[in-house]
Amino acid sequence: MTTGLSQETAQGTARGTARQWRERLLSGGSWTVLALLVVVLVVIVVINPSFAEPVSLMAFAKKAAPLVVLAVGQYFVIVSGEFDLSVGSLVGAQVVIAARLMDGDEALTWPVLALMLVFGLLVGLVNGLVTTLLRVPSFITTLGMMLVLFGAIRLWTGGAPTGALSESFRVLGRKGFPDVPGQFQVPYALLVALVVVGFAVLLMRRPFGRSLVAAGDNAVATAYSGAPVWWLRTRAFLLSSLLATVAAVLIGGFAGVTAQVGQGLEFMAITAVVLGGVALGGGRGTVVAAMVGALALEALFTLFNQLALPSTIRPAVQGVIIIVAVAYAARRRRT
Amino acid sequence: MTAGTGARRYHLGSTEIVYLALVGILVVAGVLVAVRGGNLFAQGNVSYMLTQTSLLGFVAVGQTLVVLCRSLDLSVGYVVALCSLIGATTMAGDPSRVWLGVVAALAVAAGVGLVNGLIISALRVNAFIATLGMGLIVKGFLDTRFKGPEGEVPFAFQTFGYTRIGPVPVSTIVMLLVAAAAFVLLTRTRAGYHMFAVGGNLDVARLSGVRTGRTLVLAHVLCSLCAGVAGLLIAARFGTGNALVYSYGLDLDSIAAVVLGGTLLFGGRGSVIGTVGGVAILAVLDTAFNVLDVNPFFKDVLRGVIIIAAVALYARRQIDPASRRVRFGAKGSASRGGDVA
Amino acid sequence: MRADDDAHTPVPDPVLRLRGVGKEFFGTSVLREIDLTLFPGQVHALVGENGAGKSTLMKVVAGVHRPDTGTIELDGAPVSFATPLDAQRAGVATVFQEFNLLPDRSVAENVYLGREPLRRGMVDRRRLHADTSRLLDDLGLTSITPWTRVGSLSVAQQQVVEIVKAVSYDARIISMDEPTAALAEQEVALLYELVGRLRDRGVAILYVSHRLQEIYDLADTITVLKDGNHMLTAPAAEVSPDRLVRTMVGRDFAGFFPDKPADTVSGELSGELSGELSGEVAGEVPGEVRLALEGAGNSMVDGIDLEVRAGEIVALAGLQGSGRTEIAHGVFGIAPFTRGRMTVDGQPVRVRTPRQGVRHRLALVTEDRKSEGLALGQSVLANARLVLDAVLPRASDRRARGVPGVLRSLAVPASTVASARDVEVQYLSGGNQQKVVLAKWLVTEPRVIVLDEPTRGIDVGAKRAVYDLMRTLTAEGTAVLLISSELPEVVAMADRVLVLRDGRVAGELPGGSDEETIMALATGAA
Repeated sequence: MTTGLSQETAQGTARGTARQWRERLLSGGSWTVLALLVVVLVVIVVINPSFAEPVSLMAFAKKAAPLVVLAVGQYFVIVSGEFDLSVGSLVGAQVVIAARLMDGDEALTWPVLALMLVFGLLVGLVNGLVTTLLRVPSFITTLGMMLVLFGAIRLWTGGAPTGALSESFRVLGRKGFPDVPGQFQVPYALLVALVVVGFAVLLMRRPFGRSLVAAGDNAVATAYSGAPVWWLRTRAFLLSSLLATVAAVLIGGFAGVTAQVGQGLEFMAITAVVLGGVALGGGRGTVVAAMVGALALEALFTLFNQLALPSTIRPAVQGVIIIVAVAYAARRRRT
Repeated sequence: MTAGTGARRYHLGSTEIVYLALVGILVVAGVLVAVRGGNLFAQGNVSYMLTQTSLLGFVAVGQTLVVLCRSLDLSVGYVVALCSLIGATTMAGDPSRVWLGVVAALAVAAGVGLVNGLIISALRVNAFIATLGMGLIVKGFLDTRFKGPEGEVPFAFQTFGYTRIGPVPVSTIVMLLVAAAAFVLLTRTRAGYHMFAVGGNLDVARLSGVRTGRTLVLAHVLCSLCAGVAGLLIAARFGTGNALVYSYGLDLDSIAAVVLGGTLLFGGRGSVIGTVGGVAILAVLDTAFNVLDVNPFFKDVLRGVIIIAAVALYARRQIDPASRRVRFGAKGSASRGGDVA
Repeated sequence: MRADDDAHTPVPDPVLRLRGVGKEFFGTSVLREIDLTLFPGQVHALVGENGAGKSTLMKVVAGVHRPDTGTIELDGAPVSFATPLDAQRAGVATVFQEFNLLPDRSVAENVYLGREPLRRGMVDRRRLHADTSRLLDDLGLTSITPWTRVGSLSVAQQQVVEIVKAVSYDARIISMDEPTAALAEQEVALLYELVGRLRDRGVAILYVSHRLQEIYDLADTITVLKDGNHMLTAPAAEVSPDRLVRTMVGRDFAGFFPDKPADTVSGELSGELSGELSGEVAGEVPGEVRLALEGAGNSMVDGIDLEVRAGEIVALAGLQGSGRTEIAHGVFGIAPFTRGRMTVDGQPVRVRTPRQGVRHRLALVTEDRKSEGLALGQSVLANARLVLDAVLPRASDRRARGVPGVLRSLAVPASTVASARDVEVQYLSGGNQQKVVLAKWLVTEPRVIVLDEPTRGIDVGAKRAVYDLMRTLTAEGTAVLLISSELPEVVAMADRVLVLRDGRVAGELPGGSDEETIMALATGAA
């Protein structure tokens, strides 16, 4: 309860500034996660100095980009007071759909992309309408959607994914600029993630963004102010599914088609957003914080790789992070 | 937002609806199977059906307790897997260590439940996140520590998985006993009464002197214990422990069974008897699909649709007509020209 | 004014005695030096206007609040209740307005929640039901059975179950906070009977009510509070309704409310002169009808006829639950009217959602600021432009530039206006929060503004700002519908007063009617 006031009163003296910074860093908001990100990156560089080289950093950015995109999508839903657990299986479904439909045929790249877009929006629309109009809690709606997508895709493909992604489809996830092998390049995935974040930041400064956060903060007051809360939230689900589709393009390009594509990504995205200090239940947090949360999570996993910890430990780390972050936020609200 | 018409309709109890639905589904499935020249009620099918009920039954009965408290446990699937491994590795093929294995598995389960309950009640983390996080932690441990099936269950304990009395597997009987115990807990003990109160209205419970935190923790411990028993059943059936059990989707299935059984997802109302009915419905569907040779992935789709539909239907039912205040109902007012339909 | 408690000493010893109880919230004292003595077998009515301190006093008795000064004695021994549960266990039970029951559990399970009788470790259901039956029988409540689900009972019966629960704690003191507020007329009899029986059993009853009829029907003793002060304690038979109402409402407000512009003058100058005046000065005399309802109704209100003209303030007066807020919700589309006609500026309109309300340039400042008016975690600016953002996104940026000016015109401190982008509304005082709510509507330039308890829980300075605003709005030709429990406010501000009772219009009074007349109409004493 103190942050808002103390930021005003503590200005001036050096000691006041120091205290202000300490409060910022411990507040559990975006500064905290930024500090965490910096610490983790420093530790990685200490262990493995070559990580600081531009090429390694760009490789890291390329790997982290899909999670950033997913976290931004999840941010819209969480800040409006809901959850979207279907994004992981949507990513999987989209990749499998793309591979099967285009089957390596370059000419089909754009039509299939358009189809994926429509499919993604359809999934988001169903999530949104079932949650808002049928009043099913969003975690049930989207868990159900996760099962439906999981089953439907395997039903359609007969169990194992078939086909292949076209080369032009894979450019965004795999290639960079300038496209000369072995040289320093800025991955397209990084550019896509930056565009997505920039777009999201702008959107949150629009009337839509402010109404969305207000709906997460107090849905009744927002509805009594004339906002169609159901449609605001439905649009959040649409954005989440849309960005899951974008992430699917990046991930498909980066990693190709496997049966496991997308598995567990929903929890990664939620962990990232929560780590960024975005409040579950809505109404608090920024896009940038969600992005930093995603980078911090990815950096943590990189650190574990450096420490030669098995990748199977990842879920456990996420579990701890998610509980600690939410408990920390609950502690803050109580005082 | 409008308090609709004042007309009072007779409402069937949730439990009655569940069992009517069960009968309906049995009839439809039986006819469908018969049309295809099969018999849904052949002994093999019946005992498959009953076997199916036992595993999910344990988990769903436990889930009922936490859902009644307006909580939820998404870690049950992982607890089942964990306990199957702990049971099997502790027994290590030695008949004299059976009890040790059982105790070890149940102790671990209770521990997980205790931590879940404490995170939710003391740290005030919402149940969905707390148990999801706990599930992920257990998953991380399982994936790291166990690479495949491990441990060995002595033959004596495997009978828990296979023995039948007539068409009825022992495990189903044990499940029904556990359900009966939960029924007694909820309808005959203070702890059970208080679970309804905690789920119905936390403030009312606290104001009436109910120890709400303790009640919630107890529900979570019992829920995890039930999952632990399910894990032992898995171990008995497979002869070993297996981490991959967590991919069975028991967490969602158990919630589906609970909701189908008429327990409110938001706590305070429901019954174990309903849950057993919900489990039976899912088992009948599963068996019928098997007999009809339906693609297994279709079942996943259907599970997702069923759970959403069930919650949506009950979301409509939970608004209590009597608790709405209506001063000028359809009956009383003189000018009823433009009344809403 | 203060009556001496000892002047009419009854025979039995007092069961509960408050001496010099005072309570402050955030530096504002809500109760000062309250003395209150309850005797067994007596019904003690506690009356006063909204904000007089009745609820706070009840909560002190109930153990919800601890008094800052003074003592509470139970049977002559000083006590201090840490929680409501402590008070209940000591025999001091309270029936609050909001129900504290579990609708999905039976009557017996609710009554004995937390104290279920046990037999060999199990709940003894037979005894549970028998004990509840006995309680119900003792109180003559034959229409309720122990195993009935509480949710299937009527509101009155639920209220009764709460009282039964209080009795089951062997309560010797039961306080009831407006127990009839939620009841229909025919249901009140059940409560009367129950109160009578409790009195016969020697229970002391502290009864908070607005309704004069009830007070005279039930109470042996009456205590009047006003603005946190103890005004009067006397046997009911010795206080005439006139005196009671005067003691409740009388106060000195000279100069507090802004004058009506020329209106009082035109009221005094009759006939042809006032006609000339209105011709000359625009906006002084009410203009065209902006909002009109004809026979509007829904499940909560019925047959509402209402007109508010441009530049006019019409007040809706009435007791809690009389249908005032419901009319506001009907007009604004929160709980739409299902019958009758509504017109805005002569055009028939249908408002089914707040969004449509905003589109017709209606505004509603809700009664409950925190849960219905503001997104507390958002900035002052975000809240002030919420309606623009929600309904007029394209014009939002342009029109939001007016926010600082509007805030300043409402006398919001300059520092708050300067940091409107960063300061979260939750850190503002109640008065400034209310100004943000007003600002969010003012930037939409409404034609009709409905103010539901606009001055509740805010400081004097902010109240004055709200009153000034109402005058400014009417001068600009806005129609104002004021809902208020504060009668001085209604009397001083309104051009006309519509008094509601039980969801219907009980009568219309001209502006400046005295508080006694309004109260009499609202309570049904007239």
